[in-house]
Amino acid sequence: MMTMGKLTGRQIVFYTVLFIALLAFPLVVKGTFPTHVMIMVFLFAMMGVAWNILGGYAAMFSFGQAAFFGIGAYTSTILLMNYNVNPWVGLFAGGVLAALMGAAIGIPCSNLRGHYFAIASIAFAEIVRIHFNNWKFVAAAEGLSLPLLPESLGNFMFHSSKAPYYYIILVFLLLSLLICRYISTNRMGFYLRAIKESHELAKGMGISFVRYRLYAIMISAFLTAMAGTFYAQYILYIDPESVLILPISVQVVLVAMLGGAGTIMGPVIGAAILLPLSEITRVWLGYKGTGVDMMIYGALIMVISAYQPQGVWGFLTSIRRSAK
Amino acid sequence: MSEQLVVQLMNGLLIGFMYSLIAIGLTMIWGVMNIINFAHADFLMIGMFTSFWLYTLYGIDPIFSIPVCAVLLFVMGWLIYKYLVSKVMTGPALAQLVVTFGISIFIANTAVLLWTPDFRMIEKPLLYGTWNFGTVQLSIPKAVASIGSVLVSLALFLFLRKTKTGKAILATEMNRSSALLMGINTERVNALSFAIGSSLVGVAGAFLSMYYYIYPQVGGTFGLISFCIVALGGFGSIEGAFIAGILIGIVQTLGGYFFDPAYKYAIVFAMYLITVWIRPQGLMG
Repeated sequence: MMTMGKLTGRQIVFYTVLFIALLAFPLVVKGTFPTHVMIMVFLFAMMGVAWNILGGYAAMFSFGQAAFFGIGAYTSTILLMNYNVNPWVGLFAGGVLAALMGAAIGIPCSNLRGHYFAIASIAFAEIVRIHFNNWKFVAAAEGLSLPLLPESLGNFMFHSSKAPYYYIILVFLLLSLLICRYISTNRMGFYLRAIKESHELAKGMGISFVRYRLYAIMISAFLTAMAGTFYAQYILYIDPESVLILPISVQVVLVAMLGGAGTIMGPVIGAAILLPLSEITRVWLGYKGTGVDMMIYGALIMVISAYQPQGVWGFLTSIRRSAK
Repeated sequence: MSEQLVVQLMNGLLIGFMYSLIAIGLTMIWGVMNIINFAHADFLMIGMFTSFWLYTLYGIDPIFSIPVCAVLLFVMGWLIYKYLVSKVMTGPALAQLVVTFGISIFIANTAVLLWTPDFRMIEKPLLYGTWNFGTVQLSIPKAVASIGSVLVSLALFLFLRKTKTGKAILATEMNRSSALLMGINTERVNALSFAIGSSLVGVAGAFLSMYYYIYPQVGGTFGLISFCIVALGGFGSIEGAFIAGILIGIVQTLGGYFFDPAYKYAIVFAMYLITVWIRPQGLMG
């Protein structure tokens, strides 16, 4: 298993080949659309991994990740526009701010379980959305267009090609995976899983329940805010409708669930399935605004969660087990 | 008390009764099955459109569509339970949360496809206009809807307390395995609760269609508000949901009046967060 211990020889070969293929992708494939789809896959995979630290290991099913995403996007953008702060610094500032917000919301919600936590996270994210929608300082519902800087890695902005964005988000994703792997194989991962299994038992074992849940929220919020800054730098326009709405939070949960919650690679698989599907159906069927694309999307979600609730990763491992 | 304030309070109360009716269906499903139905408010939308089309195509007034909506949504709820929700009852908690999200997205966008995202309204329902008390005006459809909401809630309450089936539902809510041991068919109770919960929100939809805009995404805000009401009222508590619904209706309108109308929902969500912080189990849980 990937979640524990070392990789086997075959897995090392598999991941090396995959990694080289991913590095070569923007060089081999022509056209901007495939690269764009891959960027969206990595972006949501990263958010799925961040969600997983909360939901997969600690069973805190957050449906409010859009709040952290939006805070990341807005913080770096406002810092750049109003104070001429470099986006990389903005990225870090957004992460810290989101982590603090996460802690602020995590303390009152730390005793909530299951559905109550899920609803509290929606309520929190909706408050943030409503506020940004009316806040003159961030141009309210009008949204912000980022000032165009000369393209360079230092400016976190590229105009001639999507490839640099592709590599940056790939690095972000790998970083998130490493953090998630580190957590899952170390003390914190075991504590979070113990809390998930039984609150009372974990408390009895002397595990500081509130502290580890707070750590999980803060790490998850930081990574999600990083994704938010990336999104702002990539799209160059943000408004509450594009970075703070509930469907983004839901998409993040779906990515994690579809792949298999609580596994390291699950969200990556989930994103690799869901994002191309939603991007392609949007382009093919969504242009008339008929709702067909979202209909297919909804139908897929309900069928998968009803008939394959362990996710694709769970499905694959069960096949592998029965094959042995 | 200023006259404005009386009007605001009354509006809060009127919307609150509607919220209560929407939320008691949701809390019943939540209480019996421990599942949040994220598609609940989309069932509301189906109820509203049913009433709209009956009025537009056949000239049937919304007040007479109520039984149609109740039956239609009952059947729909039963089928959705049988073919989708029942499959996740023993599955992972996350799948239980997500399956109804899928249903919600599917229903709302099917409505967009069939009826376009336009806003519609029932122009002249039978119950129309206002009653005047001095300078204070009371909207007739809203008042009737509120009375209807109270009556339906009362009927549900009596059904659960007095009939054998109702008692079986309550028993399942209290302790599923004991109920099963006592010979209650809990699977049937689940399906029935889901169907009744859906039917109630269908009735709410018919009432709401008399004075509210009808469009495919109408479920959005009502959905979020009703989750807060249910959680605020306490896990599966019908009385709790009823009271919390009225409370939230009043908080929303007064908050909008004293503070800023744009923030009225934010105030409701903030109130929810503060309440569960102090009482994680809700008011009556």
